[in-house]
Amino acid sequence: MGEGINIHIIQYVAIAGSLLFIALVLFLISRRKLREEFSLLWLFFGLIFLGLSLWRRSIDIIAAFLGIAYSPAAILLILIIGIISILIHFSIAISGLTERVKILVQEVGMLKMEANEKKSGRKS
Amino acid sequence: MVITVKILAIVPAFNEEKNIGGVVESINGADANIDILVVSDGSTDGTVEKARSSGLSRVVNLPCNLGIGGAVQTGFRFARRGDYDIVFQFDGDGQHLASEIEKILAPVQDGRADVVIGSRFCGNDDGYRSTLSRRLGIKVFEVVNSFLIGQKITDNTSGFRAYNRRAIAFLAHYYPVDYPEPEAILILGKNGFRLREVPVRMQARGNGHSSISGIGSFYYMIKVLLALLVCCIRPREVKE
Repeated sequence: MGEGINIHIIQYVAIAGSLLFIALVLFLISRRKLREEFSLLWLFFGLIFLGLSLWRRSIDIIAAFLGIAYSPAAILLILIIGIISILIHFSIAISGLTERVKILVQEVGMLKMEANEKKSGRKS
Repeated sequence: MVITVKILAIVPAFNEEKNIGGVVESINGADANIDILVVSDGSTDGTVEKARSSGLSRVVNLPCNLGIGGAVQTGFRFARRGDYDIVFQFDGDGQHLASEIEKILAPVQDGRADVVIGSRFCGNDDGYRSTLSRRLGIKVFEVVNSFLIGQKITDNTSGFRAYNRRAIAFLAHYYPVDYPEPEAILILGKNGFRLREVPVRMQARGNGHSSISGIGSFYYMIKVLLALLVCCIRPREVKE
C-alpha cells in the first residue's frame, strides 16, 4: 500500500516538473534568450514527458513493446534518446558557428590589413 | 523646396550571376533615383563581379551564407545607417518585376502604411503564382497569420515589400533568420505596424534553382508554423 502512494506522488511530481520545464522554455523564448531553432527539440521532449507523466500506463505499454522488463527503464531510455538528440543538434549548430567564426576571423584579418595599408598610404 | 525621399532597393542574391545584371538594370530603369544595394549571400559564382560591373549598385559580399533573412537584414542595417526613408526588397532571382515597384512604394510614400506587401493573390491577374504545393503552403500561412494578427494577409511569403523608417529601424534589430517572410508579418503586426497589401504581378525565376524546394519546403513550413506560434508568446517589443 505504501508503494501505491509513492507511485501517485511521483506522477504529480512528473506532471508538475514537465509543465514547469515547458513554461521555462517558453519564457526563455519570449525573452529572446533562447532561439526557436534550439527550443523545438526541448519543447518536443518536454511534451513527450508531459504525455508520459499524464498517462501512467503508457510507460508500461512502451516497455512491454520494447521487451524491457523494468518499465521505468523505458522512461530513462526516452530521456537518454532526447538528451542525445539535443546534444547532436548542438554539435551541428556549434560546427556551423565554428566555421563561420573562422571565416569572420579571416575576413577581419584582411580588412585590418587593408585599413592599415590605407592609413600608412595617407600618412606618406 | 523639393524634399528628396531616399529610397533603397535591397537585392538579396545567392549565386545569381545570370540574373543579377538584369535585375539591377530593371530597377534602375524603373527609377534612376533609387539606390540599389546588392547583398550577395556568400555567393560562390560570379554574382558579386556581375553586380559590381554595371556600376549601378553597391554590393555587399557577405563572407558566409546567412540565408535570406540575414541577407535582407544586412540591407536594413545599411538603410538605417544610410538614413534612408523607404526601403524595398527586390529579389535577385528575377521573380519581382520593376514595373510593380511603384505599387508597393505608393502607400508608404503617402504615409498610409508602414509596410506594404506585394501580394500575388489579392487581385485578379494572371501573373506567375508559384507551384501548387507552394500555394497550399501559402494558404496555410494566410489562415494562421491572419488569425494571429487580426488582419487578412493573403501573401505571407512574398518578399516584395516596402518599409518606412519606423519599420526599417525595427527590422534592422529584429528580423527572423530562416524563411523570414511570414514571421516578419507576425512580429510587425503584433508590434503595431500598419500593414497593407497591394496586388502585384511576379514572374517565374529566370535561371537557376530555388533554395527551397521539395521535402525542404515541408520542413520549413513546419518550422515556420512553430516559430509563428512561439512568436505569439513574445511581449510587444516596440515601446510606444
